[in-house]
Amino acid sequence: MTMQKKKLGLKDKYRYLTRDMAWEPTYQKKADIFPHEDFEGIKITDWDKWEDPFRLTMDAYWKYQAEKEKKLYAIFDAFAQNNGHQNISDARYVNALKLFLTGVSPLEYGAFQGFSRAGRQFSGAGARVACQMQAIDELRHVQTQIHAMSHYNKHFNGLHDFSHMHDRVWFLSVPKSFFDDARSAGPFEFLTAISFSFEYVLTNLLFVPFMSGAAYNGDMATVTFGFSAQSDEARHMTLGLEVIKFMLEQHEDNVPIIQRWIDKWFWRGYRLLSLVGMMMDYMLPNKVMSWAEAWEVYYEQNGGALFKDLERYGIRPPKYQEQANIGKQHITHQIWATFYQYSHATNFHTWIPSEDEQQWLAEKYPDTFDKYYRPRFDHWQEQHANGQRFYNSILPQLCQVCQVPALFTEPDDPTQLSHRQIVHEGERYHFCSDGCCDIFQNEPEKYIQAWLPVHQIYQGNCGGGDVQTVVEKYYHLKNGQDNLEYVGSPEYLRWLAWKKLATPQAPAGTGDRRDAA
Amino acid sequence: MKQLAFIVFQDNDNARYLVDAITEDNPRAEVQYQPAMIRIQAEKRLEIRRETVEEKIGREWDVQEMLIDVISIGGNVTEDDDSFVLEWKN
Amino acid sequence: MSVEIKTNTAETLRHTYGNLQRRFGDKPASRYQEASYDIEATTNFHYRPLWDPQRQLNDPTRTAIRMADWHAVTDPRQYFYGAYVQSRARMQETAEHAYGFCEKRGLMNRLPEALQHKILRCLVPLRHAEMGANMNNSSIAGDCIAGTMTQLHIYQAMDRLGIGQYLSRIGLLLGEGGGAALDQAKAYWMDDPIWQGLRRYVEDSLVIKDWFELTLAQNLLLDGLTYPLMYQHLDRQLGEEGAGDLSMLTEFMRDLYAESTRWVDAMLKVVLAESDANRAQVQAWVDVWEPRAYEALLQLAEVATGRDALDEVRTALAARLHKLGLHSPGVAL
Repeated sequence: MTMQKKKLGLKDKYRYLTRDMAWEPTYQKKADIFPHEDFEGIKITDWDKWEDPFRLTMDAYWKYQAEKEKKLYAIFDAFAQNNGHQNISDARYVNALKLFLTGVSPLEYGAFQGFSRAGRQFSGAGARVACQMQAIDELRHVQTQIHAMSHYNKHFNGLHDFSHMHDRVWFLSVPKSFFDDARSAGPFEFLTAISFSFEYVLTNLLFVPFMSGAAYNGDMATVTFGFSAQSDEARHMTLGLEVIKFMLEQHEDNVPIIQRWIDKWFWRGYRLLSLVGMMMDYMLPNKVMSWAEAWEVYYEQNGGALFKDLERYGIRPPKYQEQANIGKQHITHQIWATFYQYSHATNFHTWIPSEDEQQWLAEKYPDTFDKYYRPRFDHWQEQHANGQRFYNSILPQLCQVCQVPALFTEPDDPTQLSHRQIVHEGERYHFCSDGCCDIFQNEPEKYIQAWLPVHQIYQGNCGGGDVQTVVEKYYHLKNGQDNLEYVGSPEYLRWLAWKKLATPQAPAGTGDRRDAA
Repeated sequence: MKQLAFIVFQDNDNARYLVDAITEDNPRAEVQYQPAMIRIQAEKRLEIRRETVEEKIGREWDVQEMLIDVISIGGNVTEDDDSFVLEWKN
Repeated sequence: MSVEIKTNTAETLRHTYGNLQRRFGDKPASRYQEASYDIEATTNFHYRPLWDPQRQLNDPTRTAIRMADWHAVTDPRQYFYGAYVQSRARMQETAEHAYGFCEKRGLMNRLPEALQHKILRCLVPLRHAEMGANMNNSSIAGDCIAGTMTQLHIYQAMDRLGIGQYLSRIGLLLGEGGGAALDQAKAYWMDDPIWQGLRRYVEDSLVIKDWFELTLAQNLLLDGLTYPLMYQHLDRQLGEEGAGDLSMLTEFMRDLYAESTRWVDAMLKVVLAESDANRAQVQAWVDVWEPRAYEALLQLAEVATGRDALDEVRTALAARLHKLGLHSPGVAL
């Protein structure tokens, strides 16, 4: 009888249960089995140095995740059974969910696809396994989000065709191009962009606004989803930190490449998150915190600690971070103002913030709101009161890279639009900032391919020759139902009826609804 | 500048034991109670020891169990059978 | 007397999402349907992939197979993520009892040396083939273009990793414990003549570019021979030789394989029914990979189970192919 004497420690056992199942091929060339590992210029000398982030075997994964799913779906069922959608603070809140489902959920599916691919492309088995587990986590996220929103879709508008809209609606090209950019990149850039920049550096700036927003506004389904997903995110964060350290430690030639990626993805992420900031400051009836506050805590403080730690590798903080720090006082107001006037072409409603809300904004933005942005809202409020709620009939110039309308201002002058142009091979391209210009100039052949929604509309590629036809036929939005001003919308009226409210808990602005031109 | 290692987890049944264990092993740690979640932070380093948690919780406890309730972390992670450490190295 | 609870019901505006209304009408959809249909981007991509500049990010031409709508392939198990992990959690709980029991009682390392050696030489190296299966299915999940299809393959990828991990744990239960047995099993995989056929097949599969050819070569043809051979025939033989406890540790593999035949066959049925061109292409691939799979397992079978067992499973696979409307190049039925 043989007694088992030796027991492996956790680290060694995990290696045997993952990377040790790989081997050095001899019947096929390694370069043919892993053809995409070298083209980015990243040099890996020793995959054995890869430290597994969370050490989760599949049996433990299934066990823990199943526990989470059981709890989560019980909440979804209870929420639906008890008409939880009527317990939210105010129907305006649901517009945040419309933004989320059309803008963010499809990215989760994109992440699933990207990590599935990365989970095959690396010759390091440890990295592959970590990527695959993230892939299936992301599938979890998109599916649980679809399920969480399913009940809302039955009672509110604008949620009904999220995938279709993500591919077509003008402002959704901002998140879509962000993720297409990451997925079209090689595996090392993909991980730097998503695992590190997005899932580690910037993740709190996506999750805290939406999930805390849900908590503060009575949305039990979404807040439960959020907490449930966050435990997956902890694993994703450690992958992000591990991959960046691994690449930096493998070869000094990797440092400048990674620095360029850090700069690029910080800026693209910052521009993408401006939509989230707008949501935080303007769409939540019960406010969590201001975008400026969130940026200060989750980027300036947390990020500061992180980049101090990375100094030892020769990495510096992202270029233009100072602009983002300055921008935190401005961007949400600028973006809301833009969506306000293009609300005839969005799947969510917009409105003028109430007097209380404007007071809150003035307190949170003491140097900027009253001075630069309140006057606009006063002006539009007056127009609305006169039965001429403003909709802009001219389509906006989009930035070639981030695809946000070029609505941002110079860091040192908020009265001056920050607009840049570059002529490349005889064609003129437009940008919102130096940050986006830099990105373009590093890879012009990539960014000239972009499917810019406004260009496409004007070229007649979006289903019709006028905005209303585009909105109805191409976007699948029902005019007068899914779009336009919140006050007086079918959703607004239905909310009042549910709550049996005599006087509306409504934002400022009265008078008739007018369809956009 | 301040470099805070931190962990945020859901404020549920397991949470009280984690808080007790972590504050015992990290005397300089600061605990913040937020709606439905708890944040614990300390300058540069935070360590969660299995032994201490088991003492508090009164049963066998796997470091990996924590995964179910974690919301966010800050710092480099070192994990083994007996502990979970978050720290900034520079 | 029945008890009724009145709730405050609000009338719904619609029963489900727009894409499901277009497919099935405005009625409540299942969780599987909501989570699986039309969730993949289909148009207006912004940049061509650097790793495949001739194609779009999501592109139907990564395979020669043509479908009007790949969503026609669905999962007979109706697995979305939640259903999938809950199913696997139940299975792993049973498996965990078995492995825990074996470990506590030393059931594996108390077997006669010769038997332990046979398990180590003839079964455990399969863990590396499972790594290959994991890689292939992850690759397919990245390449195919409908949520119904991608899901099938990522679950398969993670299942195969799980099986590889169980096989590794069997290795860890043998002999003195520690990693020595697994090191030996790897040496068999790399150098023992009986494994070279299979290793070559797996490495060849790792360079297949067409993802449908790959799912065929891996999930239907290779698995269709290997699993019945190893987990039915070899398992039975080892039982007859005195290693009956091993069956506890391989039950998980049998259960997963039985599940996989359901979705693989369902997928094939739909793809073959779509067009003659699809049928012709699939048959052409079967003509290439079925004989290769047989050859790959021949030497292993001769030592592990005897050649008859391999011929039996080949005939069974031929019957399975026949049911699908294909024919086996190796067996005349």
